[in-house]
Amino acid sequence: MTELIAGIILGSGILFDLFGCIGLARFPDVYTRLQASTKCVTLGTALIVFGVFISEGFTPAGIKALLVMLFILATSPTSAHALARGAYRSGIKPKSGYVVDKYQELIEKEEKGDFEEAKNQGAKRGV
Amino acid sequence: MIFSNPYFWAFGLLLISVYLCLYRVAKGPTSADRMVAIDILGVILVGFCALMTIYGKRDFYLNLAIAWSLLSFIGTLALAKYLEKRNFDD
Repeated sequence: MTELIAGIILGSGILFDLFGCIGLARFPDVYTRLQASTKCVTLGTALIVFGVFISEGFTPAGIKALLVMLFILATSPTSAHALARGAYRSGIKPKSGYVVDKYQELIEKEEKGDFEEAKNQGAKRGV
Repeated sequence: MIFSNPYFWAFGLLLISVYLCLYRVAKGPTSADRMVAIDILGVILVGFCALMTIYGKRDFYLNLAIAWSLLSFIGTLALAKYLEKRNFDD
């Protein structure tokens, strides 16, 4: 019974990984690629590692697997956020166009030296 | 038959995922695409190490997974800072 549950969780994790990578290969734009691949692959890898934890139980290997799962769930969205910010600030625009762009207004306010107003709207310089 | 072995399908689908990431690394028009693909490749390899733990019945692959996820995270942050054209201490 434990093996069956672990197998189902492992299989769904592998399918999430595969679909995320198909999205990475097929979407037209950096931002759509990020939003397709990062969420799917984070959940998929977390499910794979959680399946390993269910299969191993509370042995040292299982505790390590739980640690890896928590670490993946914490770090992968952080790195995706940093990549999106870096991609925007390096000048890449969304391919399909947009109607409103609040982040560009914030960046222009920052460059004019209007730090207080930028801070009031939630943008912090440096982080 | 090899097709009735579940590990064949598991490792095969993960290898297809890795192949799609490498395709994006080779093809990607901008450097941000390549960095996204490298980041995703690191996360997939962590899952690969976890699957090898069950397949090989040895748990040192999980140590590899911990170390690889740490190094991939720090490397991706450094690449994002480089993409933003800033110094590391800014």
